[in-house]
Amino acid sequence: MELYELTIHELHRKLKNREVSSVEATRSMLERIGAVEDRVRSFITVTPEEALKNAEAADRRIAKGKIDVLTGIPVALKDIFLTAGIRTTCASRILENFIPPYDSTAVAKLKEKGIVLVGKLNQDEFAMGSSTESSWFGTTRNPWHPDYIPGGSSGGSASCIAARQATATLGTDTGGSIRQPASHCGCVGLKPTYGRVSRYGVIAYASSLDQVGPVTRDVADCAIMLGAVAGHDPKDSTSVNLPVPDYSAALVHDVKGLKIGLPREYFIEGLDPSVKKAMDEAIATYQGLGAEFMEISLPHTDYAVATYYLIATAEASSNLARYDGVRFGHRNTDARGLLDMYMLSRDEGFGTEVKRRIMLGTYALSSGYYDAYYLKAQKVRTLIMRDFIKAFETVDVILTPVAPTPAFKIGEKFNDPLQMYLSDIFTIPVNLAGTCGISVPAGFSREGLPIGVQLIGKPFGEETILRAAYAFEQNTEWHKRKAEM
Amino acid sequence: MKYQVVIGLEVHAQLLTNSKIFCGCSTRFGAEPNSQTCPVCLGMPGALPVLNGKVVEYAVKAGLATNCAITPRSIFARKNYFYPDLPKGYQISQYELPICVNGCLEIEVDGETKKIGITRIHMEEDAGKLVHMETMDAGEKSYVDLNRACTPLLEIVSEPDLRSADEAVAYLKKLHQIVVYLGICDGNMEEGSFRCDANVSLMPVGSDTFGTRAELKNINSFRFIKQAIEYEIERQADILDEGRKVVQETRLFDPATGTTRSMRGKEEAHDYRYFPDPDLVPLVIGDDWVEEIRGTLPELPDVKRQRYVAEFGLPEYDAEVLSASREIAEYFEACAALYPQAKTISNWVMGEVLRALKEDGREIADCPATPRLLTDMLQLIEKGTISGKIAKTVFEEMYKTGKEPARIVEEKGLVQVTDTGAIEKIIDDVLAKEPGQVEEYRNGKEKLFGFFVGQVMKASRGKANPAMVNELLLKKLKG
Repeated sequence: MELYELTIHELHRKLKNREVSSVEATRSMLERIGAVEDRVRSFITVTPEEALKNAEAADRRIAKGKIDVLTGIPVALKDIFLTAGIRTTCASRILENFIPPYDSTAVAKLKEKGIVLVGKLNQDEFAMGSSTESSWFGTTRNPWHPDYIPGGSSGGSASCIAARQATATLGTDTGGSIRQPASHCGCVGLKPTYGRVSRYGVIAYASSLDQVGPVTRDVADCAIMLGAVAGHDPKDSTSVNLPVPDYSAALVHDVKGLKIGLPREYFIEGLDPSVKKAMDEAIATYQGLGAEFMEISLPHTDYAVATYYLIATAEASSNLARYDGVRFGHRNTDARGLLDMYMLSRDEGFGTEVKRRIMLGTYALSSGYYDAYYLKAQKVRTLIMRDFIKAFETVDVILTPVAPTPAFKIGEKFNDPLQMYLSDIFTIPVNLAGTCGISVPAGFSREGLPIGVQLIGKPFGEETILRAAYAFEQNTEWHKRKAEM
Repeated sequence: MKYQVVIGLEVHAQLLTNSKIFCGCSTRFGAEPNSQTCPVCLGMPGALPVLNGKVVEYAVKAGLATNCAITPRSIFARKNYFYPDLPKGYQISQYELPICVNGCLEIEVDGETKKIGITRIHMEEDAGKLVHMETMDAGEKSYVDLNRACTPLLEIVSEPDLRSADEAVAYLKKLHQIVVYLGICDGNMEEGSFRCDANVSLMPVGSDTFGTRAELKNINSFRFIKQAIEYEIERQADILDEGRKVVQETRLFDPATGTTRSMRGKEEAHDYRYFPDPDLVPLVIGDDWVEEIRGTLPELPDVKRQRYVAEFGLPEYDAEVLSASREIAEYFEACAALYPQAKTISNWVMGEVLRALKEDGREIADCPATPRLLTDMLQLIEKGTISGKIAKTVFEEMYKTGKEPARIVEEKGLVQVTDTGAIEKIIDDVLAKEPGQVEEYRNGKEKLFGFFVGQVMKASRGKANPAMVNELLLKKLKG
């Protein structure tokens, strides 16, 4: 097996035993990126020099016996994470040439452990989208089939793992942006509980919903990555000061007696038969492992998408106000006067979907509409949160599809935003409730596109969903299939 | 006038914290542009605010000193608007749930005491500063300095309880005194550390429905606030007299002309789209902490003034002057602890001490004539070592050099002459030199007594004990 194909834990073993060096692993990865990037376009920026420098440093560290599980591992990051000295665009023209002066906390933590940064990954512009089609840098393709989207917004994070262009990646998830692309590309993707991972230095889309999480080849890698970035950060007031458990230690192969809820509202019409089949098979697998199933109700599910598109866009309309061409980012230099400069810079700098959401959010917060939209949405959000709290009184985890359909075709929904928005119907409620969810590979469509299922846990119940996902993975073969390229 | 004036004030006080409200940058004034900035106050992508606890403490202090209720759970909100000095495109402020509510202050105007309601006090960040410059090649250019961005402010909003420009000034002075007393604001109005917007409206006398108001901005002195309000009252009265309607608008005060002019109307008013800032969790303040802060509050001017009257038997006027600033009060109290005659101290502080300080523009905390030196000097007067008149000379020297008064007296030979023989000899000499005057006095022109005292004091170079001079002189003249 080629070095670029290994998981974190496999490569770590080889590095630790000095069977290979990080430089070798990194070269293998850079070659792989070069070989397949034209077909996938996972990256906005590849950083070979930085990568080799990191790899050499990692090898020196390993030689001193100071190896961490992530030392020398080639990692790529969604281009939403600020990386000091390395261009960070958020897939927007407005930040096309933005070189950040500082590292986001998640990146700093990974660097401390000695990762090798191979590049910055494509995404929907400002993480607004479900297909990675809204990127200023072009569309990423699904490694399983070039005509299909990889999902989004962390499309590059998932395609990169499926195409084996990095050992592990980080994404962000505001309404499903880790779990949905992970599902569409056959990877493992986890959205932690809100507050589990610092948002400092992560370009904000919707602050009360955004959360950093890993996209990886398997559940064990997912636990490693989560453990590396989780924890309280004094620079993020919304990060929670709770100890970080040893997530890898939670990966025991046992779900006997685990109570799994099946929310009635998630088995809707319009659920793709292949998704339904994957769900049925997953239920059977868990039953075979001794888990108990019960039907539950999350009665406000129907309102989740509407609620999300009011809250997320309201916050976004304010978060994106700083891109005004004054201090950094794109500026129209022909503008006459201040207002003109604002309008032209933002008009040229932002894409259609971003503008649409800024306008939606601005409207929702406007005087005279605030109560009817934003405030009402906040109230419904509380109800959705309560739905989950109530459900978790009787079950340990909730099992649902990740998306109603497998990956759709490039261009299929791009001009139909409502259809696009509905593709996040099963992931959005988790963000609104602020709890955690993981997507694991659970089947394939007739076209050969991967399908994932989602396990939703209690707030800070990452160990439980990782354990349940691990047990499932160890008893299925889905994660072993690889995209032919 | 047939109109009732209604005024409400919004005051912005910059807090004296070392670091900014949402980041660790210094708040020092006058540094190199943009040298006191970081990703947070520059509004960089991904940067997040973290609340400075000191700001909360100062806000609670202000609230307690103005009789407010402290909100147990208050919320930061974003006020959205675009301007180049506002890096994030929104200002973090408080909106629906401010930290302090329902307070009041008592003011006194023309001998009458009046209670003025305080609607709310909230915390917020300041914006940066634009610098416009003419360049050699590119015409006029604007530069942004973000050193001030994110420095902490309190906004203190009064109820529309003020009924005249004088009341507004009295309220503003009272508030100014309190925040300076608390040590939370330097009160410098010229540098904008304490600034004020005024909402002014008129309604017919006897009406209970407020008229349309104008908001006056850019008022940075007590004199200007009076000018601005008085001008605005006249302007609105003229409009109403002509049967026209006052337009709701924001007006800019121009100190050069003493007038106000329209800045923007209601139609151009911003829709700030306030909403709770999702980057900051609700601010929860426990009663314990509020009580702890209450325990650290200094004695406030009103209470101090009353105590000076009750405890030291000072006249109202003295008590007011001595309690006007915390530093003067501290000086006075330090003196009072060393010397029992409070009124004597008061006379010296209000007289020589404040005069000397004013002359060379010094703060009382830096007064070279420290409370110990001053009271040592007062003891010398009491013991009769020097006269009150000589003491003025001693004070001058003490203020100049900071030397011990006893040493000054000794070095300059200022010890009072209390020897009867010595004084009698001087008197004899004076009387011998002025036989004509003595004659006139003895013939009934008693007014001349003062003349003789003056001559004797002069001859003794001021050192003769004045009481003894009086007594002996009288004896000799009558004799």
